Amino acid sequence: MKHIKTINNGVLKNSVNKPGCKECANSCQSACKTSCTVANLECESK
Amino acid sequence: MKIHKYKQCGLNIVIDVNSGAIHVVDDVVYDILDFYEEKSKDEIINSLKERYSIDEIKEGIEEIESLINEKMLFTEDMYKNIVLNDENPSFIKAICLNIAHDCNLRCKYCFASEGNYHGKSELMSFEVGKAAIDFVIKNSGIRHNIEVDLFGGEPLLNFETVKQIIEYAKSEGEKNNKNIRFTITTNATLLNDEIIDYIDKNMGNVVLSIDGRQNVNDKIRIRRDGSGTYSDIMPKIKRMVEKRHKDKQYYVRGTFTHENLDFYEDVIFLADEGFKEISIEPVVLLDEHPLSLKEGDIPQIFEQYDKLTDEIIKRSKEGRYFKFYHFAIDVNGGPCIYKRISGCGAGHEYVAVTPNGDIYPCHQFVGNDKFKMGNVFEGVINRNISKEFKNGHIYNKPKCLDCWARFYCSGGCQANNYNFTGDIHNPYELGCMMMKKRVECAIAIKAKLSEE
Repeated sequence: MKHIKTINNGVLKNSVNKPGCKECANSCQSACKTSCTVANLECESK
Repeated sequence: MKIHKYKQCGLNIVIDVNSGAIHVVDDVVYDILDFYEEKSKDEIINSLKERYSIDEIKEGIEEIESLINEKMLFTEDMYKNIVLNDENPSFIKAICLNIAHDCNLRCKYCFASEGNYHGKSELMSFEVGKAAIDFVIKNSGIRHNIEVDLFGGEPLLNFETVKQIIEYAKSEGEKNNKNIRFTITTNATLLNDEIIDYIDKNMGNVVLSIDGRQNVNDKIRIRRDGSGTYSDIMPKIKRMVEKRHKDKQYYVRGTFTHENLDFYEDVIFLADEGFKEISIEPVVLLDEHPLSLKEGDIPQIFEQYDKLTDEIIKRSKEGRYFKFYHFAIDVNGGPCIYKRISGCGAGHEYVAVTPNGDIYPCHQFVGNDKFKMGNVFEGVINRNISKEFKNGHIYNKPKCLDCWARFYCSGGCQANNYNFTGDIHNPYELGCMMMKKRVECAIAIKAKLSEE
């Protein structure tokens, strides 16, 4: 494309096919303890 | 809101909210997107023909249409039914153990009321810790991974119990086929070589508290006699990080307040001291507190995040990258949508346990009787509270449904929401403003670095 460069083609919709195993950490546990930043978590089911 | 667009680092960035797609567009497309859903093709051309050639506008529209067909632009929310129809039970698989309701410091912003959570000073016994480990293993159901946070107050005031709990958890984890990971959060004052070695060996993550520059840290992170801690903790934190196994995680973590709105300097100071994993986070205090962040502070806070964005890009290009926790969003991965729509997990996947074994939805609710869910010796929890938190997801938070960042924060911190608005479903606005800014910065960094 000439006018648009896609950096990511849709990580959310693509993840619908994942098992949703909920094995990842909870959001408060990495560093924050005072804010909720779910997008920082790492997926455990790659 | 289906798309969010903004300008940063000289780029026009467009986020397709529901698919998670991210695009960098030129000015023509950026301007077309202002009208795309409201106006016809001819009307768009008429509106923009003074600025761009008709051919350019037509091309831009075609490219937009192509992305819409590929479900990468203006996509609809397709996840609501997943969460509303979710009848699966929640399993508690993360636990915050308040090892000590006591602290040897008197940090001025402490949400735990200088360590004791507005109650009496108390240390957790091994018996309580053991019952808490049994509780989480029993309630973790089909989950394999369990997280145990060793928290306080200051957990190293009770280090012998920490060791006993960990040894017990390791052996029970093995027996029950659970992978238990430990995180400890410490003010670093009590670190010595023995403790450092133990932490390195046993903790999946260690969070080391320091606020940055000496004058900033020493105004806030003080001892009972009012003296600052910097000169004591900085060498200990450095030693911990030097000895930390390179594959293992740590965070040097500080808090910024109304008193250091130039917190960019603190982040950079810590980076220049050699730390590679840094988190400097906004203080969360009610308005009347002198250190609390006010809405009027927002422009300066945003400017600091912008500066930090530019500096991280610059250092990354020079091979001097450091990780800033709140910008550490993996735009090509990260958690799946099921996780992102289920909230922070407090109260139904994650709970906090006090030194006497009482259970609360998270460490920030500790001491609020309304939220007491049970006790580890009873082995059961108040399912109504659990259900309330499980249902506290973005689809039950009206303001989140209008927000482009909902799949990045998952509806924010329930405790902050409750403390500021009296309702876990109603977001803490100042927190939202900063969260959105940080997500923008995080994505801008990725977009800029992907240019090369």
